[in-house]
Amino acid sequence: MTAQARTWQGELREAVSDLTPGVTLAVLFLIFVFLVGAFAPWFAPYGEGEILTNESFEPPSDIMWLGSDYLGRDVLSRLIYGVRITLFLALVITFLSFFAGVGLGFLAAAFGGRVDMWMSRVNDAMLSFPALMLALIVINSLGSSFVVLVFTIAFIDMTRVFRVSRALAVNIMVMDYVEAAIVRGEGKGWIVWHEVLPNALTPLAAEFGIRFTYAILFISALSFLGLGVQPPQSDLGVMVKENMQAILYGEYTTLYPAFGIALIAISMNVFVDWLLQRSSAKLPDEI
Amino acid sequence: MSILEILGKRLVFGVGTLLFVSVLVFIGTEILPGDVAHAILGQGATPELVAQIKERLGLDQPLHIRYFVWLGNFVTGDFGTSLANGADIGTEIGRRASNTIILALCTTVIAVPLSIILGLAAAVKPGGIVDRAITSSSLALISFPDFLVAVVLVTIFAVKLRWLPAIASIRPSYELVDWIRILILPVMGLTFTILAHMVRMTRSAVLNVLSSPAIEMAILKGVPRRRLLLRHALPNAFGPIINVIALNLAYLISGVVVIETLFNFPGLGRYMVEAVTNRDVPIVQTCAMIFCSVYIILNMTADILSIMANPRVRYKK
Repeated sequence: MTAQARTWQGELREAVSDLTPGVTLAVLFLIFVFLVGAFAPWFAPYGEGEILTNESFEPPSDIMWLGSDYLGRDVLSRLIYGVRITLFLALVITFLSFFAGVGLGFLAAAFGGRVDMWMSRVNDAMLSFPALMLALIVINSLGSSFVVLVFTIAFIDMTRVFRVSRALAVNIMVMDYVEAAIVRGEGKGWIVWHEVLPNALTPLAAEFGIRFTYAILFISALSFLGLGVQPPQSDLGVMVKENMQAILYGEYTTLYPAFGIALIAISMNVFVDWLLQRSSAKLPDEI
Repeated sequence: MSILEILGKRLVFGVGTLLFVSVLVFIGTEILPGDVAHAILGQGATPELVAQIKERLGLDQPLHIRYFVWLGNFVTGDFGTSLANGADIGTEIGRRASNTIILALCTTVIAVPLSIILGLAAAVKPGGIVDRAITSSSLALISFPDFLVAVVLVTIFAVKLRWLPAIASIRPSYELVDWIRILILPVMGLTFTILAHMVRMTRSAVLNVLSSPAIEMAILKGVPRRRLLLRHALPNAFGPIINVIALNLAYLISGVVVIETLFNFPGLGRYMVEAVTNRDVPIVQTCAMIFCSVYIILNMTADILSIMANPRVRYKK
């Protein structure tokens, strides 16, 4: 068989034919949710803060498909805007943490020796700090704003990404093709860019999904505690918190955003599992 | 290296980590010293009053001296007073910590055996029906936010069926029956938040051991599957499983904070969240130190137990 250059179209076609019904559903749901988030103003029937009725927790009706919230706002519209903020924050956080974490992880692996030892040690020390405690301390000192939330959670995630990407890179650095490149006289930067990165891409993509889910759950938890996104802006966690009393009125208002978070996270986890199984790639370990 | 040396090394590392964390907690909370004085005085802050408060709280001292004073006070159990109402933090912490410990202990007693049983059941026949059911439901459970299961439980048991209270406030007159009634829902919610991770990790720890040469040898000898699992695999998986348990009890920390807030349970977690909301620095410091110490000590204990569970280390002279 002749070696053939694989195009991305070919790869994509192959991947699509590998999809199982469950994974297809998960992927379609994720695409749908991202579209809804991106074009929230087009999807939402009403404005985010528009008060439509004086009644709290009105049951679902033709006018308000999911009823009203504690202030008489349309739950469906707020859900759509909430998804937008949750996804936006989680994406920014995950990209930031990968940019820093993968960069530093590959750097440590490429240089090895003392550089690697010290970077890993500092990172391990950071990992000994429970994530929620770190976030609470920072929020206590600096207050809660988008910038504080994004950088704090991205930093927490970065320590995990560093570990995984360093371990991946260390395993790749001992491969024959890397040795060949070293003998050829290629520099460290070239090797990281042309040998390490392409070979670590699939496990890193899976890790991206895991960290993205983690970021969503983490922001939601903080918002639920009242320490994350601050009203009038609201993400899904804030919606769960502010509509908790609805349960006592026999309405399920607070369950919609809670299940929204869970569905996004489950879909992402199903997709990540499929990705890992399909490529038989392994993540160094789970944290 | 003898086992004592290994253990000693781990112990020193643990103490070092504790010190490192205490520095972070201190710097993280004291980084805005002006704000503490302003927080106490609120609108009526004049430069003289601010200076007076700073002197009273020792804020005029250099940072490293304040750190050592603070650490010394913490270690000797002097946690200071609340900025919000001047109450002694130690008394409040004692009351709240015992509530949280009860909550955490009940959860541990239920969650640990349950997850080991489920993890083993899944590992008996990888890819079988039981395994697929347990693996996929735990994957779903991992994706649930901490509060989801609890909210669903409250909806069913407290609102629809009216069997249990939705709020877990505690009165001094409470007897054992009342305690059990208020604890059931929080303990169930908390169990679900840590169960999935423990089941998945127990399963993979057992499967890992099952693929070792010693077990392959036993299979070839014709040892029956059940005996293989309980007599050959389980004892060897103890080290990793203990590790799994300790790591996941650490998950309890964030679970406790969320669940206590949800149920209005008067524990340490809710105390800390309220303190962060009010920027009550001494309380935040104390709670953070307690939670972090528990986390680090749990991890250290896990490491030490798994070192001791490994015969290759134990019998080395």
